[in-house]
Amino acid sequence: MALTLALILRRLGAAVLTLLLVSLVVFTISSLLPGDAAQETLGQSATPEAVAALREQLGLNQPAPERYVRWLGGLVTGDPGRSMANDLPVRELIEARLPKSLLLAGLTAAVSVPLALAIGILSAMFRGSLLDRGLNVATLSMVAVPEFLVATIAVLIFAVKLRWLPSLTLIPEEATLGEMLRAYALPVMTLSFVIVAQMARMTRAAVIDQLSQPYVEMAVLKGVGPIRVALTHALPNAVGPIVNAVALSLSYLLGGAIIVETIFNYPGVASLMVDAVTSRDMPLLQACAMVFCSAYLLLVLIADVVAILANPRLRRR
Amino acid sequence: MTEAVAPATRAARPSAALRAARFWTSLPLSGRVGLALVVFWVAAAIFGPFLAPHEVGAIVAPDVFEGSSAAHLLGSDYLGRDVLSRVLSGARYTVGLALAAAVLASTIGTALALTAAVSGRWVDEALSRLMDAMISIPSKVLALVMVAAFGSSIPLLLLIAAATYVPGAYRIGRSLAVNLNEMDYVQAARARGEGRFYLARVEVLPNMINPMLADFGLRFVFVVLLLSGLSFLGLGVQPPNADLGSLVRENTSGLGDGALAVLMPALAIATLTIGVNLLIDALPLRARRVQGEP
Repeated sequence: MALTLALILRRLGAAVLTLLLVSLVVFTISSLLPGDAAQETLGQSATPEAVAALREQLGLNQPAPERYVRWLGGLVTGDPGRSMANDLPVRELIEARLPKSLLLAGLTAAVSVPLALAIGILSAMFRGSLLDRGLNVATLSMVAVPEFLVATIAVLIFAVKLRWLPSLTLIPEEATLGEMLRAYALPVMTLSFVIVAQMARMTRAAVIDQLSQPYVEMAVLKGVGPIRVALTHALPNAVGPIVNAVALSLSYLLGGAIIVETIFNYPGVASLMVDAVTSRDMPLLQACAMVFCSAYLLLVLIADVVAILANPRLRRR
Repeated sequence: MTEAVAPATRAARPSAALRAARFWTSLPLSGRVGLALVVFWVAAAIFGPFLAPHEVGAIVAPDVFEGSSAAHLLGSDYLGRDVLSRVLSGARYTVGLALAAAVLASTIGTALALTAAVSGRWVDEALSRLMDAMISIPSKVLALVMVAAFGSSIPLLLLIAAATYVPGAYRIGRSLAVNLNEMDYVQAARARGEGRFYLARVEVLPNMINPMLADFGLRFVFVVLLLSGLSFLGLGVQPPNADLGSLVRENTSGLGDGALAVLMPALAIATLTIGVNLLIDALPLRARRVQGEP
C-alpha cells in the first residue's frame, strides 16, 4: 500500500512539473511580442507617453522572466491579473463561467461514457463480424467529422425543421428539469458525437488486446462462454487502458467545447477564451488556457491512478 | 550473393500502373471509398479554380441562398455568389494549407525524433520533456493562444497548425526510432563507426517511413479539422480569402432555410476527412500504427 501511495505521489509530482512547463510554454508564446498589449489597448493615435505609462502600469517594461514569475505567483495564489478588455479581475470572470462548463462536460460524460463502453465492448466481442465492421466504419467516420458540422445539422433537424429544441442554450434562472434537459440536449448531443466514436474505438482496441492473451484462450478452451469471457475475464484486465481511453477522449471534449460553446452561445470558459482571443485579452487568455491544461493533466492523472489501482502489476515498477 | 539477387528483384518490379491497380484491388470497400474521396478532393484543390463556373468573389445570382439550379449547381450564398465556385476555391485553401502544415509537422517531428534517438540521453530527455508539455496543451487551446499572440495571416496559420501537431508526430516518431535504434543492424553500423547523421538517415529512417506516412495522414485530418474550426470561429482564414470553414461561418444565417451554401462546405470538409480516415484504416497493418488521441 505504501508503495502504491509513493507511486501515485510520484505521478502527482510529474503532473505538477508538466503543468509548470506548460505554463512556461503558454507564457512564452503569449508574450513573445512585448509592448504590443499597451499599444493595442490605446490604439494607433496614442501618444508615446501614454503608451509608456500603460506599459509601466501593466508591468510590461520589466524583463520577461520577472513577469513570468509574478504571473505564475498570481496563478498559484488565485489572482491571475485583470482582464484588459473590461478591467474585471480574471478570477471573477472565470469563476462565473467554470461551473457552467463543468456542468456541460459532466452531462456529456454521463451520456457518452456508458454509450461508448457498450459500443466498444460489443464490437470487441463480435470482432470481424458485420456488426463490428459496420461500427468500425461508422466510428471512423464520426471521429473525422468537425463539431460544427454536427452542430449545424443537429440545429437544422431538431431546432429548425422539427422545432423540438432551442438552437441557443439559454438557461433560465429557475429552470425545471425538463427545461434544463431541453436546453442542454443539442450541445451535449454534439459533443458526445465525436467523443463516443473515439472512446468506443479505443475501448475496442483495449478489450481486443486482452482477448488475444493466452489466459483468454485458456478460458475459452475450458468452455467459458463468449459473454462471460469478455465481461469477467478480459474486461477487468482492460480497465487500465479503458480508463486511459476515457480520459483522453474526455480531454478531447475540452477542444470540442471551444466550438460547441461558441455555436450555442453557451456561457462557459471555452467561449470566454474565444472572446479573449478576439479581443486579444492576454491575461484572460493565459488564465483560460491554464484552466484547460490543468483539466487535461488532471484527467490524465486520474486515469493513471485508476490504472495503478486496477492493475497490481503496475505497482511494482 | 546479395548482388545476384538485387538486379533480379528490380527487374521483376511491376510498373507503376500495375502496382496502383494491385493497391486498389488489395483495399477493402471502405478503403476504396476513402481513396476515391481523397483523390476527388485533391483533384478539386488542384483543378477546381479552372473548373469553377463563376469568379469566386463575383455576385452572379439574382437572389441570396438560392437552391440548386442549372446556372448554379449548388445555389448561391448569402451575397448571391456561386456556391460551387466558392467551395472549389475553399477546398484549395483547406487542402493546400492542411497539406503544407501536415508535411511541415511530420517532417519536423520526424527530424526531431531521429535527433532524439541517435543523440545522447540529455538531448532526448530535454526534447521529450518539452514535447510532453506541449502535448498536454489541448491542440485547439494551443492554436488559439498562438493565433492571439501572432495573428492569423495565411502563412502564420500554416506555421501555427504545423507547430500544434509537431509534438504528436514527434512522440510517434520517437517511439519508433528508439526501438529501431536498438536493432542489431543499427548497433552493427554504429560499431563500424558510422556517424549519427548516417545512422539516422540510412539505418533508422527508411524503416519508420511507412508508419510515419500513415501518421501523416492522421495529422492531415487533424489540421483540416483545426483550421476549419478556427475559420468557423472567425479566427482562421480571413476574408476576402475563404477556406471551407469560413464558408460555413459566413453562410450560417442561411441555416434556417437549410441553404446549400452552409451545408455544402461543411459536407465537403466531412467527406475529405472521412475519406482520409477510411483510407488509412484500410492500409495494410504494417503501415499503420495504433490510432491514439488526436
